[in-house]
Amino acid sequence: MATNVRAEAASVAPARPAWRSRLYRFDLKASPYAFIAPFFLCFAAFGLFPLIWTGWLSLHYVDLLKPDVMEWKGLGNYTRLWSNDQFWTALRNTFTIGVISTVPQLLMALGLAHLLNYRMRARGFFRVAILAPYATSIAAATLVFVQLFNPDYGFINWALDAVGIHHTNWYADTWPSQIAISAIVTWRWTGYNALIYLAAMQAVPKDLYEAASLDGANRWQQFTRITVPSIRPTILFTIIVSSIGATQLFGEPLLFGGGVGVSGGSAHQFQTLSLYMYELGWPSRQLGRASAVAWTMLLLLLLVGLVQFLITRYRKRHELGG
Amino acid sequence: MRTTSHPRRAVVLATAAVATSALLLTGCSSGSDSGGSGSSDANAKITLTVGDFGTFGYKEAGLYDEYMAAHPNVTIKYDTVQDGQKYWDALTTHLASGSGLSDIQAVEVGYIAQATGTLGDKFVDLGKAEGVNPGNWLDWKTKQATTAKGALIGLGTDIGPMAICYRSDLFQQAGLPTDRAEVGKLWAGDWSKFVEAGKTYQSTAPAGTFFTDSASGLFNAALSAEPVQYSDAGGKLVYKDSPGVKKAWDLAVSASQAKISAGLRQFQDPWNAAFANAKFATVVCPSWMTGIISKYSGDSGKGKWDVAAPPAAGNWGGAFLTVPKAGKHTKEAAALAAWLTAPEQQAKVFTKVGNLPSTVGGLQQSAVQGAKAEYLNNAPTGQIFAASAQSIKPAPIGEQDGNVKTIITDNGVLDIEEHGTDPAKAWSNVTKLVDDKVGH
Repeated sequence: MATNVRAEAASVAPARPAWRSRLYRFDLKASPYAFIAPFFLCFAAFGLFPLIWTGWLSLHYVDLLKPDVMEWKGLGNYTRLWSNDQFWTALRNTFTIGVISTVPQLLMALGLAHLLNYRMRARGFFRVAILAPYATSIAAATLVFVQLFNPDYGFINWALDAVGIHHTNWYADTWPSQIAISAIVTWRWTGYNALIYLAAMQAVPKDLYEAASLDGANRWQQFTRITVPSIRPTILFTIIVSSIGATQLFGEPLLFGGGVGVSGGSAHQFQTLSLYMYELGWPSRQLGRASAVAWTMLLLLLLVGLVQFLITRYRKRHELGG
Repeated sequence: MRTTSHPRRAVVLATAAVATSALLLTGCSSGSDSGGSGSSDANAKITLTVGDFGTFGYKEAGLYDEYMAAHPNVTIKYDTVQDGQKYWDALTTHLASGSGLSDIQAVEVGYIAQATGTLGDKFVDLGKAEGVNPGNWLDWKTKQATTAKGALIGLGTDIGPMAICYRSDLFQQAGLPTDRAEVGKLWAGDWSKFVEAGKTYQSTAPAGTFFTDSASGLFNAALSAEPVQYSDAGGKLVYKDSPGVKKAWDLAVSASQAKISAGLRQFQDPWNAAFANAKFATVVCPSWMTGIISKYSGDSGKGKWDVAAPPAAGNWGGAFLTVPKAGKHTKEAAALAAWLTAPEQQAKVFTKVGNLPSTVGGLQQSAVQGAKAEYLNNAPTGQIFAASAQSIKPAPIGEQDGNVKTIITDNGVLDIEEHGTDPAKAWSNVTKLVDDKVGH
């Protein structure tokens, strides 16, 4: 390894200055690569290889219990997805749960960050406190939410009953169950996003606000005209990360559904793509088809990423032009 | 960072490189397994691991401690997963990769056909192991764990002959008999009489209560009494034309439509809570269910629950202990499995947690025959369940039975109960899902 040579050279270097300077240049150029090499080696072993292998598997029929026996299917696993109702249900659920969890989550995070950015008492405490849900395990949090949303004895229905909304079936009905799952996701990630926004907000120059207030802009105007445009790259980043998270949503619906978690409820009312993949791969033992779902999810993510990229580029051009 | 040359930096760099490569090496290699391989010495200290799910009762009955006291060189460690489905999903992955396995792994009867079929060569043949006499078990129990080549890969732990558990306080309020012999007569001989009794109950029931907990439970129970279930004798899936499945399905649908079921999914949180709140008056009750009832009904249900004979005898559940070939101490593991499933130990487990012995000798133990359940109004549970066990007529089982059962109960019957789906549509959903999930 280059770095070892460098270490050895350090002790004998003074005698041979030319050799040393060459080594030094080599060090400057090569050592950054050596530093990042561990990540990329691990990525190749645990990221890239599984990715390609999954792609290869997705073209075969493979029994989970006999992964060494593969039967060529071509694109059969993908065409079968196309004509499968359950796949489309899962795709729709992933999308709807993604939207109703991500949108309120990011809006609330933005508002929270804005509030935390003010001078106030116990600011440090609040900043730590909003990160607490993120540090809670999914399993623990979901179990509590399952109790809260229990249609018969849960706190939420009890509270709703008090304001005249009677018996919402948070487990069995499509929208209520999806809202309940989104609530878990939102609860968990709002604080995390708020902290990211807060960090970005603190980098916004204070004199911009001073100038704005001299010009008579109120707090809301400062927020929409200065804060939001200044942290736009950060907002974009959180949107991308949240979209990826929403596409891969797995633990919350699985645990929320309890015994029927894998199939996402009796009518698949909250089965996400990840759960569908798991159901095909494990209980049904069809690794090939599960791999096809995994690759479809990857392609969907790339598609979402591309759309976001195009929108940003369009906006940039538009703004520069206008 | 652009810095000037400094000897110190080189040292840091070298250390970092060595540290990361060391990390890589350990990170990429698989977990380090301790313990030598060929330990032929009988007194060598070994650790045996037992993987199971739910409640097998070995720890509760103190059997691990007893075995370790008798065998000072053996240390037993156990790993219990609550959810049987998740346990099996993990176990199949471990078996396929040959790693992460315990020396003894429990297998539920719903999956035993997969274990004897596709996975047959992954397990040690226990038929020839020391201390194992295949004739000890009920005939059909041994047959279920025997592969086509005649290898016995699982030793039966418990069986689940059925009875009906009922709440005498709710029965009384609804004007039904409360004596267990008379309650049994309400539905003796026919599951459809059980649904009829349910309609009677429902017409005069205490507000907010239902006759039974779930139509899926009823489906499982009624099907278990049928000679043809999901698969034929050759292991081929025949559920679509199976008279047993049709009968049980129709029964479950009629129960759901008559609104005599609370519509709960069994083993789920609301179901657990409903026990404590006395929301339903009956639950189909294999012997292992009695432990669940006392656990969730708690002190308030003590003496109010009772047990009556079922409309027809059937088996629901039960398990086996297997020894995966990938284990390091297969011989010692087989000896432990044989000891744990011997009649005396099975009787101890029964008295502690209610799992009924699957050995003929175990069923005859006086601890089983004379057992009375204090919690269940002193019902002679040993007698009731042992009698039910004798009249079980086993049905052939196939590799996909577990999957089909899950789809029918969770995506069929439960869908009708939760969403009021038209039964014909629900059934066509079921067949679509099974066709999609099973086979190529």
